[in-house]
Amino acid sequence: MVDLSSQLLQLLFSGLTLGSIYALIALALVTTFNITGVLNLAQGEFVALGALLAASLFAAGLPLPLVFILTVAGVAILGGLVERSAIYPARGASSMTLIIITIGLSISLRGLALLVWGTDPLLLPAFSSGGPILIGGAAINPQSLWIFGLTAVTLAMLFAFFELTYLGKAVRACEINRTAARLVGINPGAMSLLAFAGSGAIGAAAGIFIAPLTLATYDMGFMLGVKGFVAAVIGGMNNVGGAVLGGFILGVLEIYSAGLVSSGLKDAVALLVLLAVLLIRPEGLVGVIAGRKV
Amino acid sequence: MDKNIVFRAAAIIIFLVLPLLVKSNYLLGILIIIGLYTIIVIGLGILMGYAGQVSFGHAAFFGLGAYSVAVLSTAYRWPTFAALLAAVVVPGLLAALIGRPTLKLKELYLVLATLAFGILVHIFFNEAREITGGPSGLTGIPYLSLGGLVFDRDIKFYYLVWSTVLLISLGVNNLIHSRVGRALRAIRESEHAAETSGIDTASLKLQAFVFSAVLAGLAGGLYAYYVTFISPSPFGFHTSVLFVLMAVVGGLGTFWGPLLGTGLVVALGEILRWAVPLAIPGAGGEYQIIFFGVILVVIMIVKPEGLGSIIKFSKKSVEKGVR
Amino acid sequence: MILEATGLSKYFGGVAAVSDVSFSVGEGEIFALIGPNGAGKTTVFNLITGLMSPDKGSVVFKGRSLIGMQPHRIAAAGVARTFQNLQLFGRMTVLENVMAGAYLRGKSGFLQSLARWPGSISEEKRIRQESLDLLSDVGLDSEADLPAAALPFGRQRLLEIARSMASGPRLMLLDEPAAGLNTAEAKELAGYLKRLREQGISMVLVEHDMETVMDVADRILVLNFGIQIAGGTPHEIQASPEVIKAYLGEDEQVA
Repeated sequence: MVDLSSQLLQLLFSGLTLGSIYALIALALVTTFNITGVLNLAQGEFVALGALLAASLFAAGLPLPLVFILTVAGVAILGGLVERSAIYPARGASSMTLIIITIGLSISLRGLALLVWGTDPLLLPAFSSGGPILIGGAAINPQSLWIFGLTAVTLAMLFAFFELTYLGKAVRACEINRTAARLVGINPGAMSLLAFAGSGAIGAAAGIFIAPLTLATYDMGFMLGVKGFVAAVIGGMNNVGGAVLGGFILGVLEIYSAGLVSSGLKDAVALLVLLAVLLIRPEGLVGVIAGRKV
Repeated sequence: MDKNIVFRAAAIIIFLVLPLLVKSNYLLGILIIIGLYTIIVIGLGILMGYAGQVSFGHAAFFGLGAYSVAVLSTAYRWPTFAALLAAVVVPGLLAALIGRPTLKLKELYLVLATLAFGILVHIFFNEAREITGGPSGLTGIPYLSLGGLVFDRDIKFYYLVWSTVLLISLGVNNLIHSRVGRALRAIRESEHAAETSGIDTASLKLQAFVFSAVLAGLAGGLYAYYVTFISPSPFGFHTSVLFVLMAVVGGLGTFWGPLLGTGLVVALGEILRWAVPLAIPGAGGEYQIIFFGVILVVIMIVKPEGLGSIIKFSKKSVEKGVR
Repeated sequence: MILEATGLSKYFGGVAAVSDVSFSVGEGEIFALIGPNGAGKTTVFNLITGLMSPDKGSVVFKGRSLIGMQPHRIAAAGVARTFQNLQLFGRMTVLENVMAGAYLRGKSGFLQSLARWPGSISEEKRIRQESLDLLSDVGLDSEADLPAAALPFGRQRLLEIARSMASGPRLMLLDEPAAGLNTAEAKELAGYLKRLREQGISMVLVEHDMETVMDVADRILVLNFGIQIAGGTPHEIQASPEVIKAYLGEDEQVA
């Protein structure tokens, strides 16, 4: 017997799960954007590649923890390669040029995924066995808990990196003032490489964690990337807290409108939110509440 | 100057004679598609090359034009002229609506807004079944007929489309050398100096955006009449990226750029369609997107002003083409 | 008074670029703003032309407040400017630069331009002729068809002045028009500015070349670190010891 409140709770869990993935993508986008000034429209492809690579490695018989490490490392290296081959040579170009480059990268990577993995969806099993956990009449999938955990750990790691390590402080200096950063011996080129490798790693991790829920397909990245943007834009593009909050808001909104109104609306909701935010409040909805920058 | 006239005269002669030489319907069809896309890329070229903005949603305007014709000519039996008018008015109005606030934002946000708009419209084509027929689309679009002339054969359509291209090229050439064209080029060179010279840059950018949407709508309307059956698939995000690719391949802000870029990209697409399965057994033509993506990246790194500037005949003649 | 600026202040991250600056310019007057680099002179121009908005203060032009107006509307009201770091339309020809500057003298819109309506053709002819006249005023008529970027630096300065004249201004803001000019060119420029004054055009001149300033300016305001430190006629300024100390220095030649 499912009453309305437990159905709403159920949808909330799904929304937060999806929102966590958006938040992770938005985190990577916002960090890269603030360090390099590049809005990386290929971020979603890192997620897709992570999911696909992990599914293949698992199918080849590797244990899950090893699959995770190899996949994250592999996509991080790919992120670095992408930065060196396509972003670094165009440094100093207009933001319009750079954005067109990342769109070109996005469709190339998707094509590459199609070439390697084909169109059939791949399967990755849930990390922990056992059925859903019941809370207040609603079921929560254990995989959702893994995803919440990943988001929390990533956020904590980013925070620790930026606040506690010398390199992290260097990256932030780079973000504040590139010329000044160069004067004190920080190389913005290296920071850009680091940012792309880092977003590759975060994207891959998000892809591995969501694959058990959605299956892994070559074209899953594009809409995920766009949703990541919507989350980042809701958060104001310049702060990590806002990006995470933006992700959750979007995930919940999407699931509620799909569950309560129509499933065809799922993707449209995010895009409508994006347009509305851009047109009405381009500085972001939560920029004011969520306080400090990256 | 004379060199330029020679080139343009030669182009017109080629345009007139070409279909008589081309015996295959396949090739004629490709020429028609190149013509239709050129119309769109001319508009996108004004937006990108002169007003300095970029749109990743032009496939949506193309689609809105096509669906306007498809819906109005079938369900409501509108005559060609009225349906084509709707095909330019609907995208034009929508462009004005979203362009007004977004063009005030930084370029980056315009990219996101046009991208979001494009995908939304694509979702609409798929979901609004009562109007658009959903994924299976709309059939039974009548032949285009203007003033008693029915365009029921490819060759007639060829002349119609390319005459339109010619007319638009002439108009755009006028525009570039006019008060408004100079103002647009001034915005590209220095937005501050343009503003302090009294040029309302925001309004001109909006006009360029609406103009480009109107051209995309017109091409869409003609496209619907040409293929007589439409579905959402040609109007997705990939098509928008292809239009941007065509614009930059040919060279922004040049007279021949749109034609050159469209021709090269469509031709490459056709070549890849049969070459890729030969090279990779079992692979379909969809792998061509890898090449398009890579080409786009390489051009933006190496030659952001487009290949048009490499293939040009002499520096001077191209500069005159711009003027 | 054609222009009255009162209590203008602008801060960048808490630092005052311009602080409580007030001055007024009369009809047909050449008013000079001088001061060392970073004194806030260009910022004053940006505040008047609407490229920046002041944190405090007012700008009134011909009895109308310019605060909050868009730059192109301020231009249409009759204020034109040149830029210290030249903002020519480099890939357009010399003539096209002036014709683009004459945007406000025409009316043809997008559609008339596309269709080459008869009205737009005659308008085009008129603007072309007026622009050529402006070019011959500064002696650039023989270079009309060259790309602007191909001109030597000194000629580019003159072109920018001709372009800003094309909008038909009542007030011109000239940001270091003599910078990079040799002595003969600077003299020529001074003569041109005096001729414009005779036509009744008011000017605010930011300039480092003291010879030109002392030659053409009716009144001078001296800024230092965003604060006005002295004002008066060229004679009074030359005699003011604090100005010499704060700005002109010891080795600077005062005409």
